Amino acid sequence: MRNIVPAIAVSFATLLAFLGAGLGQDAPFRTHFWVLFALLAVSSILMLQRVTFANASSPIIVEDTAGYMDEVIRYGVIATLFWGAAGMLVGVLIAAQLAWPDLNIQPWFNFGRLRPLHTSAVVFAFCGNALIATSFYIVQRTTRARLWGGDLPWFVFWGYQLFIVMAATGYLLGITQSREYAEPEWYVDIWLTIVWVAYLLVFLGTLIKRKEPHIYVANWFLLSFIVTVAMLHLVNNLAMPVSLLGSKSYSAFSGVLDALTQWWYGHNAVGFFLTAGFLGMMYYFVPRQANRPIYSYRLSIIHFWALIFMYIWAGPHHLHYTALPDWAQTLGMVFSIMLWMPSWGGMINGFMTLSGAWDKLRTDPILRMMVMAMAFYGMSTFEGPLMSIKAVNSLSHYTDWTIGHVHSGALGWNGFMTFGALYYLTPKLWNRQQLYSLRLVNWHLWLATLGIVLYASSMWVAGIMQGLMWREYDDQGFLVYAFIEATAAMYPYYILRFLGGALFLAGIIIMIFNVWKTIRGDMAVERAYGAGPAISALKPAE
Amino acid sequence: MTTEAKNPFGFHGKIERNVSLLLVLSLIVVTIGGIVQIAPLFWLENTIEKVKGMRPYSPLELAGRNIYVREGCYLCHSQMIRPFRDEVERYGHYSLAAESMYDHPFQWGSKRTGPDLARVGGKYSNDWHVQHLTNPRELVPESIMPPFAFLTSNAVDTTTIAAHLVANSRVGVPYTDEMIKSAADDMAAQANPEADTAGLETRYPKANIGNFDGDLTRVSEMDALVAYLQMLGTLVDFSVYEPAKNER
Repeated sequence: MRNIVPAIAVSFATLLAFLGAGLGQDAPFRTHFWVLFALLAVSSILMLQRVTFANASSPIIVEDTAGYMDEVIRYGVIATLFWGAAGMLVGVLIAAQLAWPDLNIQPWFNFGRLRPLHTSAVVFAFCGNALIATSFYIVQRTTRARLWGGDLPWFVFWGYQLFIVMAATGYLLGITQSREYAEPEWYVDIWLTIVWVAYLLVFLGTLIKRKEPHIYVANWFLLSFIVTVAMLHLVNNLAMPVSLLGSKSYSAFSGVLDALTQWWYGHNAVGFFLTAGFLGMMYYFVPRQANRPIYSYRLSIIHFWALIFMYIWAGPHHLHYTALPDWAQTLGMVFSIMLWMPSWGGMINGFMTLSGAWDKLRTDPILRMMVMAMAFYGMSTFEGPLMSIKAVNSLSHYTDWTIGHVHSGALGWNGFMTFGALYYLTPKLWNRQQLYSLRLVNWHLWLATLGIVLYASSMWVAGIMQGLMWREYDDQGFLVYAFIEATAAMYPYYILRFLGGALFLAGIIIMIFNVWKTIRGDMAVERAYGAGPAISALKPAE
Repeated sequence: MTTEAKNPFGFHGKIERNVSLLLVLSLIVVTIGGIVQIAPLFWLENTIEKVKGMRPYSPLELAGRNIYVREGCYLCHSQMIRPFRDEVERYGHYSLAAESMYDHPFQWGSKRTGPDLARVGGKYSNDWHVQHLTNPRELVPESIMPPFAFLTSNAVDTTTIAAHLVANSRVGVPYTDEMIKSAADDMAAQANPEADTAGLETRYPKANIGNFDGDLTRVSEMDALVAYLQMLGTLVDFSVYEPAKNER
């Protein structure tokens, strides 16, 4: 009687979605539930096909439940790449819209609806899938235990994909809470809460049944990421729905309190989703790829506790000089500056792990990718505290400098760390000797790096120029520039940014090709790294 | 003693071997910041200044605000003027916390791809807004704003607006029973200068009444959005506001 319970559950959910589509109180809700109905109807058919009525004592399919549970991770790798390419493609599109506004197609593909689609696709779909997949891999290998919960990890995976699709289609329909990085409306939030609790249970359950006495440092970071994100998500999304069959809700908080709650969430989505979680990845994959132990156990203890303690306080630096009381702004600034140290603690521990193995950078483009990730992590966690200083923030806030800052972190740190981890995982998960092509990894690395450099430098120039033009006075004490003059001056930089993004997108497309060929089992004929120059290039000594 | 020798970091060895301890301790550590930093704002009386003039949004303005949220306007326009000479000169008096006290959610924004809108109300005519929203580059050739012409052809649902007021009152916005009862009528009246607007004006002082989109036969999303834009930053009476009394 395998799969009978999930098949019934999905079919029942399909019925509920149908009712929601019929009884919805507003048009966007009805459309959104038609989308949900279609998704669940297809899922029901697929699930029902998988139901077997064989006697439990003589199963038709004998599944190996003794070893590690890797199939869900294989799905995770593919989902990560798919959403990564999709999210970055939307990013390139909205970058183009800022340079050439005629590319806006009202109402569904206007900038205002596509930008949350881009940020959510990259943060939650790309990085989120990477985190779920790699955390499932790491926790099994470091505890020497199979994932806990039977089919629960599959629920986490598919439930999370459903969350992504519902969030994304909602944005295009104009269903949004307008809370940056927490835009999905109340019913999608409730669904994410259920999925996230299941994720926490799988992770905790696996840790509890571990066969290693110690919990490895990567798991501290991953556990704190899962728990803290649960807390942030619950508090920031407290809202009053207009109707239980409607898409609109009103935030439980108002004005200044709402702003601080949102940026407490927003900053720590960066702090825990994109930093703590990814440090967990770093602590597993960098030592693995470099084949060296973590540099300092003591440093990892100190910077772990310091990082998770201090990050939470830094939210108000998003609200400098606003109507938020000054004491909260100052507190946020002080903690943001202090945060520099624990942030760099992670980078130092990562870099120093390569002590004695730096020569591997010449021959291993995957390790090169991870080192580049740590370098960008170090750079953006230096830039962050700098921008949180009130005097700097008075210039940088509201400008494209902020956009450049988040992209050097997201593309450089999160992107490269994910790419490095997936390049490490793919041959292992599909049982291949090595990747299809290491040369292509190198192409990916340098195309993407060039993309980030173009992106970050154009946004620095654009942002600082904007900030200075807005506050420029002439000798008579008049403002020199109308707002629109600063907008017009952005044009060349928006084009450069678009090109930078396109290069980064080209990188991930190369990666998808490489991973696909690896899964097929192909091997490129290419000159190996470390083999020296090709024979034909050698000239005999005179 | 033997565990001491194996584990030079004392207590931390225990944490690393006990999932529950690790979970509880990390949860405590990440909660402290929020409790110390956010919670006091809810009960400190000076978080929100004492001002004259603030009132809840009229039904039409609220519908307009929901369109502002839906279209993601906050992604490019802030509604928060900082206390700098250039910003005050460009946009008007710096924003007060009190001015967003009925905002669920807040719309302060984080980016100025376009200008701040905290005090855009009354700066341009209704016609200008309609034309600008329909095709921004017709009025401002260098503008990179997306067009929103479709708002004129979308009707606003006046029948459900009362439920929106109820939801707002449940999270603390002081909508009275009378306001909720007359929500649909107030909404229609604000978009029609020929209607009887006496009740609307007593319930929502300074409400901007007009035939915003030029079509009297129905209330469009364009009517609602322009009504919202035209009231932004106009409520607080700054002639009686005393900044020194509201130092925070």
